[in-house]
Parts: sequence; structure tokens; C-alpha cells
Amino acid sequence: MTDELLPATLGDAEPAICTRRLASGRSRYTADVANPKALHAAFLRSPHAHAHILSMDTEPARAMTGVAAVWTGKELLARVNGYAARTAVHPEMKVPLQHALAVETARFHGEPVAIVVAESRARAEDAAAAISVEWSPQPPLCDPGSAADEPPLHPELDTNIALHLEQASEGAEAILAAADRVIERRFAFNRHTGVPLEARSIVADFEPCEGRLEIVMSHQCPHQMQVEFARLLGLAQHRVRIVTPDVGGAFGVKQQLYGEDVAVCAAAVLLGCPVRFVADRAEAMLTDIQAREHLVTARLALDADGRMLGFSIEDTHAIGPYLQYPRSNLGESRALLSLVGAPYVLDCFFGTADIVFQTKAMAGHYRGVGHPLACTVTEALVDEATRVSGHDRIAFRKAQLVRKLPHRSPTGVLFERLAFAECFEALEKAVDLHVLEAEVAKDRARGRIAGWGVAAFIEQTARGPGFYGHGGQSVSSRDGAVVRLEPSGTIRCLSSVTEQGQGTETGVRQLVARALGVCSDAIEIITGDTAVTPHGGGTWGSRGMAIGGQAAWDAAQSLRCEILRLAACLSQRSPEALDLLQGAIVERETGLTIISLSELAAMAHFQPYRFGADRQPQLSASAEYGPLDQPFRAGTGIQLSRIEIDPVTGAVHPLRHLVVHEAGRVVNPLMVDGQIRGGVAQGLGAALFEHCAYAEDGRAEATSLARYQVPMAVDLPDIELVHAGHPTFTDDGLGIVGVGEAGTVGAGAALLNAVNDALAGTGAAAVFTLPLTPPRILAALGAI
Amino acid sequence: MSDAEPVRTITCTVNGGLRTATVPVRTSLADFLRETLGLTGTHLGCEEGQCGACTVLSDGRTVRACLLLAVQADGTVIETIEGANTSGRLADLQEAFHVRGALQCGFCTSGILLTADAMLSEGNALERADIRAGLTGHICRCTGYQAIVDAIADIGAARSAASD
Repeated sequence: MTDELLPATLGDAEPAICTRRLASGRSRYTADVANPKALHAAFLRSPHAHAHILSMDTEPARAMTGVAAVWTGKELLARVNGYAARTAVHPEMKVPLQHALAVETARFHGEPVAIVVAESRARAEDAAAAISVEWSPQPPLCDPGSAADEPPLHPELDTNIALHLEQASEGAEAILAAADRVIERRFAFNRHTGVPLEARSIVADFEPCEGRLEIVMSHQCPHQMQVEFARLLGLAQHRVRIVTPDVGGAFGVKQQLYGEDVAVCAAAVLLGCPVRFVADRAEAMLTDIQAREHLVTARLALDADGRMLGFSIEDTHAIGPYLQYPRSNLGESRALLSLVGAPYVLDCFFGTADIVFQTKAMAGHYRGVGHPLACTVTEALVDEATRVSGHDRIAFRKAQLVRKLPHRSPTGVLFERLAFAECFEALEKAVDLHVLEAEVAKDRARGRIAGWGVAAFIEQTARGPGFYGHGGQSVSSRDGAVVRLEPSGTIRCLSSVTEQGQGTETGVRQLVARALGVCSDAIEIITGDTAVTPHGGGTWGSRGMAIGGQAAWDAAQSLRCEILRLAACLSQRSPEALDLLQGAIVERETGLTIISLSELAAMAHFQPYRFGADRQPQLSASAEYGPLDQPFRAGTGIQLSRIEIDPVTGAVHPLRHLVVHEAGRVVNPLMVDGQIRGGVAQGLGAALFEHCAYAEDGRAEATSLARYQVPMAVDLPDIELVHAGHPTFTDDGLGIVGVGEAGTVGAGAALLNAVNDALAGTGAAAVFTLPLTPPRILAALGAI
Repeated sequence: MSDAEPVRTITCTVNGGLRTATVPVRTSLADFLRETLGLTGTHLGCEEGQCGACTVLSDGRTVRACLLLAVQADGTVIETIEGANTSGRLADLQEAFHVRGALQCGFCTSGILLTADAMLSEGNALERADIRAGLTGHICRCTGYQAIVDAIADIGAARSAASD
């Protein structure tokens, strides 16, 4: 290990490795990978939210031209195991068994019930349409508030409540009961989804003689899928290989197991030939995981001086009919129960959460998981408190921020690093809030409906094994890297991180380059292939650089030590007297070149005897890294939003959006900025209009991008970024903190506060139901 | 059951070369380009004209390849990202997108580049708001659009400076 003091920024704003190729039309997404022998899969899906399958007739489909096979859920049972997302952390959780294809009952609109494999996608779709099903429609279960009272969706579980959670600090109820003032608001959060532009896709190929399943798929966590496909199909884990080529966005949507993927793999195994499935947009909108449908009743207790005493919340989280496999669905409610109130010094917390089943699409871990909810509940209530008490929004927050570290919140979470004081200082340096306030006042005086708001947020990144490890789930919180010195003196790095556009590969390459004193171009990074990289977690929870980057750095440091030892051998010097700089081994003191890295590499590979009779040059090094007992690394920040409301249409126009952020050591500022801006766009989309709507009969309404609005360029302002200074590196290793979700976490809350500020300016009451659609805004204004 | 696919033979110019193929009449232009001709730089994000990822040029105008049937391309001149890339006429935009981080996952990029080039070819000086308006009909889920606007503005300025 080097003990040199590292700077706050470890690398330059290097453009991402693959973007020149992608901008040239030379993509390699899963659907681009030609496999002329592949058959095409299509699925018959439930047209009902909830219905029993009385009978299915697949004969007409089997008889059609070009059809290779048809399987129903019942027929696949013999070949594929069912699955249930249990966790040992909550053995009391009610977990229904799920199958790749629904067997007796379909429980959401779009749930696959049969797979057809044919010579073309069009033929497969024709045949799927020829399958006749006798359905017995059952009542849908749509309203999360009434889930507890409805007949159980899974009769064997007796209840629609999968899990009840409670989190309370000691004496919380007494403190809350004695408060001088309690502000209570009810929040309704909209179900929304990630919409990666490349829909889920998979090509599975099976070699029956060797029992080897090779899969190319669009996924964030290939190693997790290797484990699960082997388990569910009864194959040897080391003979299941997952390759993730270019992945066209993921955002948490491509993190879990989908029934269609299992069915495609089963079809490949049963047919002994490659089978391909590329979801179309309607299928993606029906079956991609959706997220964040919550009803939250929240209270903020204040003392007579207006000091915040604590929060209490009652959360109902509506998931789909099953728990997402293999991770389960605890993340969102757990985030609410651990992060509400987190930026502030409080005396107490009390919270409950019910995770309930319903007949909608599966829920999962979309970018930010529950963090945006916790931030919104906290910051909207803080604003309500200041509106009621007449306090200044910024001064009120600053007076009660967590400043002393480490800090244990009344929710029981230990924060080792938070930088709220630094962030507020940076915010006030970047924006003259008095001028902003005056501008908004001027707008209002001219009859405009204008407002601004802020939200302080925490992003828990780079999680350790505390949940999945204790839960007994096969989800790695570690990553690994192998760094090899090639005979030409160039470097090959095999890393278990995965790339969906974040620039993780680029960052890993920069860290290896820095550790080995070579230019980035001298390094080739290989990711996304379980046959060649070490096992690791891939992409989830903002961990690529903090964990995968650390592993690559550690491996590169090992290789560096060996290179210096070999050079020392040749030059009769001590390794400590040498350094690796610009592709050469130099004398540390004089800068004199001892030998170029390329000469040393060729010598070590082809003339190893030159390093001594008893020394075997070791030209590859590996390292694996993951937090052992550290639950997470926190990034902190503040977002500011300024908006105007069109009084005629009710449309909310974001005019300005600013993010102040602190996230430890930065590897590549260009990638960090890209992550934050992209994250903000998704957070604003969710707050403004994204909504997975369902009809009363439980059928999905948002089945296309015409009926599910995501932000386009005209919907968004430029997003200003301020990186707060004075980071403290209390973490182990490089002290990198994740940034993948920060933008999403605080954007919606800042926007909601700005909208409610604007509404308050007109005398209208605040809104706590999302998204902030024009009809909802017009209703709040009393215009409709 | 006799269910032979109705097919038709079409001839069109794709990226400068004359191509003749017999295609099922229900094949979209996008599928024809991707599956028959192997031009996988044209991406399908929604197959209903919402996302803009499959934008190509037909007789010089931007069109959605998912909304046209291959048979409608009979007799036309089609240019895809591969053709524009080989010709080098997008090189400045492509480089600006790369350097600015105007693409992350890259799935939307082919279509946006062709639209951006068309936007700039009209010769008007473009303000940021004009560029944002011109990108309507394209969805980028990764970048928040700002870097895309930056890249197009850079090249707009550079091209008009060069033509002065």
C-alpha cells in the first residue's frame, strides 16, 4: 500500500471509455448481439389484475408454422424451481412462493402465464395469441389502505400484510405526547418506475453435453444471476456464465430475477438451443419493477420555542403480489424508518410500517430506494413547521443540523460522516438567498405564482453485508479485481463492477492508472462476464467506485509492489527507493529511469531467470474488498428548487435547480456530475408527472411512454452543481462515497417544497400527494 | 394450418449502397435495418414513436424507423447512424458528445445525434431553449439532457463560426 497522502480528486474529468464507440453506432446491447441460431420467445400474459386459470389450450399455438415449443406455468414446474424472497432478518415475513410463469392464479396485469418459442418474434407472438385461456376473474386489490381488510391474495398466508415493522427510540411516546405542538400531514407517494431506454433482454444458450448455460443479458448484477439461475434450474454454478454487454440504463430495474428470464433459460435447457427474449415497451411498462407507492402519515413534534423534538410515522408500502427475488422489499420502508429526520438533532423517533400485497406489478429497488420518501417526509414537514411558526426556513434548519460526529440518530443509525454544516455554508456562498427571496417576492407582486424550496438529504451508499448477509441471501456486498501485467507493459484489469452508463469502468481504469503510474490508455478494463471476473455485487446502492474501485486499487497496489521488487532486483536497489511513473520504473530521489515498464514486463514473462534463481515473478494480482461491519457510507447534500406555476394550465415549471453535495474523494468529476444531474432528472420526473396508473379493475393504464410521461429536455432546467469543500475522510481505504442516487434522493423534496411555497404565497394549502400534476395543482389553487 | 408470411421485395439505398431484400410485409423499417441488414446502431426504445431512439434519415428527413414499415422504404434513400458515422459528417458532434458526457448508456444517442445534426443544418443560431425544444421527441433517461444541450450548443457555435 502506498502511504502517500492522496488528494481530494483522484483523477481528471476523463470522458467515459465506451461513449465514443456508442456515439458511432457501434453498440453491443443484448439485442444487438447476433445469434443467427437463436429462437425467439414471446409470452402470453394475464389480461386481468387477478384471475384464476381454469384451463388453457395451447394446441392451436403448437400447431402453428415456425413454433418450436409452448410451455404453460404448470408444464414448466417440472423443470424449474419456484422461488421466495425470504430473509433470515425477518423470519416472520410472509413470503409467497412465486413461479417463472403463473401456475393457477395470475396476480397482476401482464403476469406471464405461458411461453412460446418460435423461429421469429412475430411468429411467437402470433402463436401466443392463439392460446386460449379460460379465466375466472377475481377481485383486484388496488388500494394499499384497505389491504389489511381484504381477503388474502395468497390464501396460504392468511393476510395481505407481508411484514409489520416498528422502530422506536426509548421514551419516544412520552416525548411526543408532551410536545407543545404536533404537525401532522398525510403523504401519498406515486408508484413510478425506472424506464431504462433499453428494455430487459436476454439470450440464453445451453450446451447439453457439458451442462453449460451461457447467458447474454441486460442486467446490473450478473454474479447474482449466475447463482440464481444455477439454483432454480438445478445446474452447476460454475457452468452457468452470465455476460452483460452494453446495458442501456438500469436504475434498479435490472437488479432482480424476472420470471420471463427464468422461463427463457428453461426453454434453452429443454430445447438445447439458444433462445432470445427482448421485452417491448408495453411489456416493460407492465412487468418492470415499479416502486415507491406509499401512504405515510407523519408527525413532527415541536417544543414551545419551535425546536424539533422528533418525528413519528406510519407507513404503508404497497408492493406487488410477491416479494422481489432474491432481495425482498424491505428497503423502502426501512429507509423511512431509519432516515426520517436524519439531518437534524432530535430527541426521539417512533415509526411503524406495513408492507402489503396488491394486484399490481412487482415492486423493487428503483434508484434511491426509500431515500426520496424519507427526505420528502422530513423536509416537507420541516417547511410546514416553519410556515406555522413563522421561522426562517434556512435558519431553522441550520440551528438544528447534526454537527457533532459520530452521531447516532434516534432511529438507531450511526452516522460516521455527514457534512451538512459544510453544505449549508456552500449553499449560502453559491446563492444569495435574500436575493432569491426578493426575486420570488417580485414575481408574486406581478401576479405570478412563484416559489422556492430546499431539501437536505442523506444518501446511504456502498452498503456492507448487514442486510443481505444476515438475511442469508446470495447477494454480494463485495467486489473483486484482477490486474495483470501484459508482456507489452500494458495492463488488463478484470473487475466485477458492471457498467450501465455511469462510467464505473472509466473510474476503475483511472484508479488502476494512478496506482501503477501509467496512462489510462495503457489499461484495458473487462467487466460483465462471470466466467472471467471475480465474483462481486455489480451495480446496486451506489457502490461501484467505493467498493469496486477500492478492490481494483488494492489489486493494482499489489502488482505495483511486485513490479518495484522486480526492478529492485535488477538494479540492486531497494524497492522503497523506486517509483512507477509514466510507464517507467524510476529512482525516487533522482527521477532517473531504471527500466521502462514494457522492458521489465517482457523480461519477466520471457526471461524470468534474470530476476534470480529462486524468484518467480508474479505478474497478476488480485484483491477483493467489501465493508465488513460498516453498514454504509453517507453522502450528504442540499437541493434547491425555484419554480413557477402556470395559473391557467396548472403546470409546474422548474426554473432553477441546484445541488450542493459532499461525497468524499472524487475519482472523475465528469462522471460524478453526470450521475447527479441524471439523478435529479429522475427525481423531478417522479415529483412532476411519472405515475404507474391503474384502473379500478386493476389493469395497468401506463402501458406506453405516451401514457407514462418521463421528462424531456424542455421539462428540465439546467442543474447547477456545487461540491461542498472540506471533506473528511473518516472511512477506510480511499474514502470514496457513492453518488449514483444522490440527485434522485433530494430533487423531488426540494421541488415539492418550492411548489408548496408558491401555493402558500397565494393562500392555498400545501399539497402532499404526488405527482404534482396540473389537475392536482389547479385543485389546490381552487381553480377546478 | 397454412400461414405463410406475406412477403414483398423492396429496393432502397441504405447508407449509400443499393439494397434489395424480400421481407415480410409486417416488418418495420427498424427491424429491417437491424435484423435484415445488421445495422444495430438504430435502437428500439418504445416501438411507437415516443422515445426517438430509432430516428434515421429518409430522403434527408428525420423519421422514426419504428413507425414505418420496411415496404414503405421501397425506393427511398435511408441513412442510419452507421452511414453518418462512416461519412464523418457527424464527427464534431460525436466528439462533443463524448467529451461532454452527453451520453451515458448510449441507447438514445444515435437518434439524438441525427436530430441534432438536422437541427444545426437549418443554419439558425440556436439558444439553449431552442435546442431543448428541438430535442422534444427524444427521451434520454440518463443525463438530464444538460450535457446534450451543451454539446449541441458547442458545435452549433463552432459550425457557424466556421461558415462565417
